[in-house]
This record gives sequence, C-alpha cells and structure tokens, in this order.
Amino acid sequence: MNILKFITAGSVDDGKSTLIGRLLYDTNSILDDQLEAIKKANRKNNDGTVDLAILTDGLKAEREQGITIDVAYKYFQTEKRKFIIADAPGHIQYTRNMITGASNSELIIILIDARKGVIEQTKRHSFLAKLLSLKKVLVCVNKMDMVGFDPFVYEKIKSDYMILANRLGLENVDFIPVSALKGDNIVSRSERISWYDGASLLDYLETISIEDKKTQPWRFPVQWIVRPQTEDLHDYRGYAGRVLGDGLTTGDEVVVLPSGVRSTVKSIELAEQSLDQAQHGQSVIVHLTDDIDISRGDILVAASCPPLAERNFQANICWFDNKPLDKDQVYLLQNHTTVTKVKVADVLYKFDVNTQDKQYDADISLNDIAKVELKAAGEVVFDLNREFPENSQGILIDPRTNLTVGALMIEDVA
Amino acid sequence: MDYLDHLEAEAIYILREVAGQFENPALLFSGGKDSITLVHLAKKAFRPGKFPFPLVHIDTGHNFPETIEFRDWLVEQLGEKLIVGLVQESIDQGKAVEQRGKNASRNPLQTVTLLDTIEKYGFDACIGGARRDEEKARAKERIFSVRDEFGQWDPKRQRPELWSILNGKIHKGENVRVFPISNWTELDVWNYIKRENIALPSIYFSHERDVVLRNGQWMAAAPFLQIDGEDIVEHKSVRFRTVGDMTCTASVDSVATELDDIIEEIKASTVSERGARMDDKVSEAAMEERKKQGYF
Repeated sequence: MNILKFITAGSVDDGKSTLIGRLLYDTNSILDDQLEAIKKANRKNNDGTVDLAILTDGLKAEREQGITIDVAYKYFQTEKRKFIIADAPGHIQYTRNMITGASNSELIIILIDARKGVIEQTKRHSFLAKLLSLKKVLVCVNKMDMVGFDPFVYEKIKSDYMILANRLGLENVDFIPVSALKGDNIVSRSERISWYDGASLLDYLETISIEDKKTQPWRFPVQWIVRPQTEDLHDYRGYAGRVLGDGLTTGDEVVVLPSGVRSTVKSIELAEQSLDQAQHGQSVIVHLTDDIDISRGDILVAASCPPLAERNFQANICWFDNKPLDKDQVYLLQNHTTVTKVKVADVLYKFDVNTQDKQYDADISLNDIAKVELKAAGEVVFDLNREFPENSQGILIDPRTNLTVGALMIEDVA
Repeated sequence: MDYLDHLEAEAIYILREVAGQFENPALLFSGGKDSITLVHLAKKAFRPGKFPFPLVHIDTGHNFPETIEFRDWLVEQLGEKLIVGLVQESIDQGKAVEQRGKNASRNPLQTVTLLDTIEKYGFDACIGGARRDEEKARAKERIFSVRDEFGQWDPKRQRPELWSILNGKIHKGENVRVFPISNWTELDVWNYIKRENIALPSIYFSHERDVVLRNGQWMAAAPFLQIDGEDIVEHKSVRFRTVGDMTCTASVDSVATELDDIIEEIKASTVSERGARMDDKVSEAAMEERKKQGYF
C-alpha cells in the first residue's frame, strides 16, 4: 500500500468541502464524536444538510467567518491506499496557501461547476498546477445533477478545458462527471450517469499511478554527519540525508558539490542495515571510500550526470509576504540543506494569474507570480524545473524577519 | 515505497533537519506511544551516533506509575540523557495554581512547567509527537511551528511550508516546536509499532483495574482523584488508547492483549482517539486555545 497526496482547490461554492466531506464520510473516516461535535456546533447548509466544512475549518477564525483561510491536511485510508488531502482555499487572496498545499501534493482535483463551465478560477488553479509541476490533474465536473446529468454539458466542458490545458502545456489530465452533494460517481459509479464509462472518483484515486516514468540521476543533500567517536567506531563517518532521484548504488562515482572533489560510494546504510541501492525518498547514511571534508549543506551527486552549479539564474517566484519584494535587499535562498545569500537582480515579467498574460511590472507583492533573475553570493547547485522539478525548488527567507517570503522554481541559467 | 516506509523516511528527514538547523534541541517525551515512536525514529536517524538532543519529560506528578517505570527503563536502554521538569516544582514556586474540585487536573499546568524548562535549558527546538489527525487545530499545525518568546502559537502568522523545505530560522528567545509524525494517523502509529516491534508501557494493553465513572467515561481510580460516596467504582477489563496523566485520560473497555487485537479494535472504533481526553472536551476550540498559550 502506498500514499497518494492530493489537493482539492476551490471555494465553498464549487462544493469543495462537500466533496471532501463526502469522501471522508463515505469511507467511514468521520467518527461518532467528531460528528457529534459538528452537530453540536449546529452549522447547517442552506438546504438543511450538515455542513461538513467544519471538519476542515480547524481554526476559530475560520469557523466564525465560514471560510477556509489556511491549508488543512486531512487523512483517510481504504484497503488499497492511504490518502493525504491538502485542503486549500480557492480565492485569489489566498493564492499563497494554495501554492503551499500544491507543493505538497502529487495530484490536483480541479472542481468545475457544471452550470458555469471553465471560469477564471479554473484557469488560475490550472496555471498553478503547471507552475508547481503536479504530476496529475483530475477535473471533476461537479453539480451534474443541476444540469440533468446532460452528457453534452460534460463534453463541452471537457473540450473547453482541453484548450486551456494545451495552452498551458498541462499533460496527464483526466475527467470525471460527479455530484458531490448527491454522491454520484464519488465512491461508486452512478447509474444516473450511465453514459460515462470511466471510474468513480474513489476508484480513480485508489488506482491512479503517480510513479515517474522518467528516471532522474540521484542527488544526495547532506543533512547531518554521524560520528559516534567511540572506541570501537573510532573512524566511523557517515553522511546522513534523504535521496533525490534514482539509482544511488554502492560503487557509484560521486562528485561533492560545491567543492568538486570526487570519490566513490563505499556503502549505504538504513537503520544500521546495509543496502546495495537506495531509492528516491529514502533517508539513509552514505559512506565514501575517501576521507574528505564534507559538511551539512554539501550535496553528493552522481558523477555520471551532475546538476548545474551557477551564481546567476532565472526562476519563477511566488511572493508570500505582505511586504513587497525589494531588489536592494539580501534574501536567503534555502534549497534542500543549503542556504545562500541572494538578490533579485531583475524582474523579467509578472504573470496575470487568471489569464497567464505577461505583464511588464516590476512591483512584486503578496500573491504575485513572476519570472525573475537572481544573483547569488556563491554557486547554487540545482537542476532545471523542466528536467528535475524536485531539485529546482527553493524558498526565500527574509533575514530581518526570518519569514518565508517566497517560493521559487529555477527555470533557466542566466 | 510502502506507506510506512514513506512516513518513516519523512520523519527521519525532519529529525535530521532539527539536528542540522538548531543549536540546542530537545525531544519532548511523555511516555505515550507517539513519543516512544519518536524515540525509535531518532534511533534510525542518528545511530550508531548519540542523539543530538536530550529527552525532556514534563512530569505532572499524576502519571500512571507504569509510564514512569517504562520511561526509566527506556532511558537506561538507550543510554541517552533525560531531563525531567516537575509540575510540582512550578506549583511550589507559586507559578502554577492547582485546580480545585472533582475534575481537577494538572494537564493545563504542564504548559507553565514546559515553558519554564525550555527557558531554563535554553532549548531552541522541541520535538513533539503531535499528529494532524488528532484534532482540528492540530490539522493546521506546521512541521516547524514557531513560538514567540512567551511560547505562544499564532495560527494566523504561520510560515508557509513548501515541499520538504523547513525554515528553522528564529530570533533569540523564540523557539520552534517540531512535529515529525504530523502526517501519521493513529492507525499508522500502531501499524508501525507492530512492524518495528516497539515496546510499550503495559497500560496500552488490556488489564484489570478499579475505574471510576466520570462524565460518562471510566477513569483509573488514582489516589489523587477525588472519589466520594456518590462515585461509581468498578473493577473492569480496560486499556488506555491515549496516555496523558491519570486525571485527564479515560480508559476504554477492551480485551485486546496483543498488538493485532489493538489494531483491529481501532479499525472498528467509531470514536476518535481524543474522544477519551477530558482536556479536549472543555470547548470547541479547547486545543487551539491551549496551543496559543504554549501547549505543544
């Protein structure tokens, strides 16, 4: 059994909370005392059904205002898979929260109201899915009951969406017609949508493969040096970290970046057991054949296929801070275990998040997404977003406030 | 990767980030299954080296004796350092005031002792075993959760956490609470305990003891619980699903003596784990309010 992480983006009006509530409820993931708490809070929808949004709106301020402000993570499990849902607000003023949720997801469910079709919000969410390189997009055409389960409405929305997907370069898009409120095509196939011959939503989520087809060369950012310094383990020196990419194997030739020193993988350990090969995502300890100076922040890479190491590069950046980006200010770029001082040398353009048009406006403020050129105080080790997204990502920290003020994905060398 | 391998790898990664990013971290150890799981994960993260942090137990003085016995046994086995912060000391110093009445509990007083202990030792990061599935305010919690110099959590000013990148930068006086098993559910913890064969205090398994009925739930008849003629006391076969101190943790009827039985029991349960916690039932936002005050 493995894990699928997905994000549902949308507002209350799209039926996002109803959809999540339905998935949790119909998989028996809501327990009696939690239901009792909902009933006690006595929040009802307009049609008198119990408002399941209260399950995901965890903060007092959210319940008072009846809106999702922050990302909440929800968990459920079936016989086939464990699921982690990032429940994020859909409104434009919470774009940063949606980006945060999406960054921790593999699949995005985009909800389209069958009566409204592809709207501005659909475009915005799809653009963010592309920007963050999500592996799958699932479009749920919701409220099918409100359009009489009409296949032509569904087909029209599908073709409208595919125009958008092609324009954005979104691959791996699937569609399901549903009614979250009535439960059609959520857990099982609906008889009322007999013209649709695909899977129900739950079936789809349980079976969809999110494995990368393309293998990536391995990278190993060093987090911590394990040195017991005891008598019997006097010379033990292990590099602890989490593997990115595939095929880290005993005997591999290694380059240590940024120093460029070369060595060979002597052994790999997981919980004091040795492994021949470590997989993507595994937290292991690596030993090298040579005694060289390595510390936290260094990255070991496959000598056969090293990443880039550059001081100047271009990135798409999402701005999270209330204070606008300041080009005269030094920020800290944290990518994996490395922290480097950077400055934004130039704002190339800004995206209109609804239309994806480029705007030539140098002011970057809260929720803005822009392409910028960065200048770093030292070499930054990375891969390009289009080649290896996980090694192109970083956050920007304002050293005066220590806040995370931006997220970035490196797109090109300058 | 199997889901337990994935959760394990993520937690180890988080523990190593704590070691790498902070000067003086600590692992908050309550003697409950979640913190015992954390200790097991720390072994996987740092062995054959030593832990880069001590274990810290905030002792209410109202613990189950079985928990304390287990704590001391585990620390001995590990060969790691244990620091104990005593709630009794905070009471003696007048910093915390004992609650009165039948439902008196030292649970809220823990926060005072915790914050004092953090200050006394200058901890800049405290690792805890809280999980997002436990409670709705915890569902909003970050993995690295920054507290101000008064230990307060501000849910509206949380840092966004992207990908697996954790920002541990803080100002002097602030500290970070770290939750490596944020993404685990109760069932995941039990399945992991079984897979890894992790030892637990005996109170997690079915046993017979005197229990007293309070607010519809059966509490262990502890010496520091006010029991009078109106109370119903029975001798029952019970176990504890969650372990806080004896004044706020109710038992569940159970004959589960093996991990497999417990796992089956939890799968079939229609009540959540925190349903047995009196401290959460005070109000709808009870957890959020306590967290704002500095509770972990």
